[in-house]
Amino acid sequence: MRPTVIIGTGLAGYTLAKELRRLQWQGPLVLVTEDEGQFYSKPMLSGALAKKKDVAALTMASAEKMAADLDAQILTQSQVTAIDTQEKQLTINGQKQPYDKLVLAIGSFPIRLPLTGSGAEEVVSVNNLTDYGHFLNRLEKAHHVAIIGPGLIGSEFANDLLLSGRQVTMIGPDKWPINTLIPEEIGRAVQKTLAEKGATWHLETFNGPIEKETKGYSTVLKSGVKVEADLILSAVGVRPTVELAKKAGVEVNRGIVTDSFLKTSVDSLYALGDCAEVAGRNLPFIAPLMIQAKALAKTLAGTETEVVYPAMPVVIKTTLYPVVTQPPPMGAQGAWRIDATDKGIIGRFYNKEDKLIGFALGGEATDQKAALTKELE
Amino acid sequence: MKKYECTVCGFVYDEAKGMPDHGIDPGTLWENVPADWECPDCGVSKAEFEMVEA
Repeated sequence: MRPTVIIGTGLAGYTLAKELRRLQWQGPLVLVTEDEGQFYSKPMLSGALAKKKDVAALTMASAEKMAADLDAQILTQSQVTAIDTQEKQLTINGQKQPYDKLVLAIGSFPIRLPLTGSGAEEVVSVNNLTDYGHFLNRLEKAHHVAIIGPGLIGSEFANDLLLSGRQVTMIGPDKWPINTLIPEEIGRAVQKTLAEKGATWHLETFNGPIEKETKGYSTVLKSGVKVEADLILSAVGVRPTVELAKKAGVEVNRGIVTDSFLKTSVDSLYALGDCAEVAGRNLPFIAPLMIQAKALAKTLAGTETEVVYPAMPVVIKTTLYPVVTQPPPMGAQGAWRIDATDKGIIGRFYNKEDKLIGFALGGEATDQKAALTKELE
Repeated sequence: MKKYECTVCGFVYDEAKGMPDHGIDPGTLWENVPADWECPDCGVSKAEFEMVEA
């Protein structure tokens, strides 16, 4: 009997496998990963320093344990180089692996700016547990970290580095932190609070070439300011991994294109998580991933189930100034209305028909998450 | 009173505060939170939480 094969052992792949077994689905299951296959949660990587968690502490289970728990075969250190959608088989490390159903849970990869300078190659990014291990090693001798990209991940890492007693400098063209997800007032509050804890912000400017110094690195910003740091972290966003699917003739856009049942353009082939563009939307956040995994498990177990999203506010782990946001849909017309008090900031986004279609909360007002989510419905 | 953290997203359930918005009164012990309760931030099951602070 051909197995169901899941490519990827991040949260998407493992959550789907867990859900399948939870539904008592007893078919043969194979998971394939290029790394060691440890079960860990990627969102936890940008808050782990303050919790003093190393790679071992972030690892919830080894591949061996997962294989036993899931009654699955887990192929680690294994690269899928081709998908033959006609014969329904994969090429893994040069060997053929047939499949009945195939699921792509191959995640996203960090966008890398075309950096120049003698230190460009040594700029780090953290997108998986292995990266995090390298980051920790580099941090041992680093007190001052410069972060390129003041978005969600960059700001979470800044928060975590500050809490772990380090100095942080933020660099980016954005007008305010996390500007694609939150209104200016809340972004400014994040900026101010992190600045009070020792962060230096260089917004509305770009880094120049990254130069290696006798100790650490330097870059002269477009604004003319010279920034020196022991380590430079790039956090300018992620992009869905689509190459494997594209090569196999599967329709891709920004992500791997699926319908609302997570089916791709090719028979018996599904995608979920950060790599997927589900019914027109790529949502690289945890709540949609969980909903997708539960729906796809039901579908694969025999009950066709559509992905239906409730309101899914995104919790931003800038714990020094916490933020929750339910951004308005992409391209929505309308405006923010802001209520700022000493208890935090509540932003409501209304469309032209005066209907509430998004919100953002900052500071103590984040405890209004359930109330605002209800207002939205 | 103890605190329990979601190992997937980092949400913290504080027994002292409960989750009044979700019908769980302040002071509700973790063992008395319903078994089918899910993390309000990410949706994983109660079993994926671990104790972080006593």
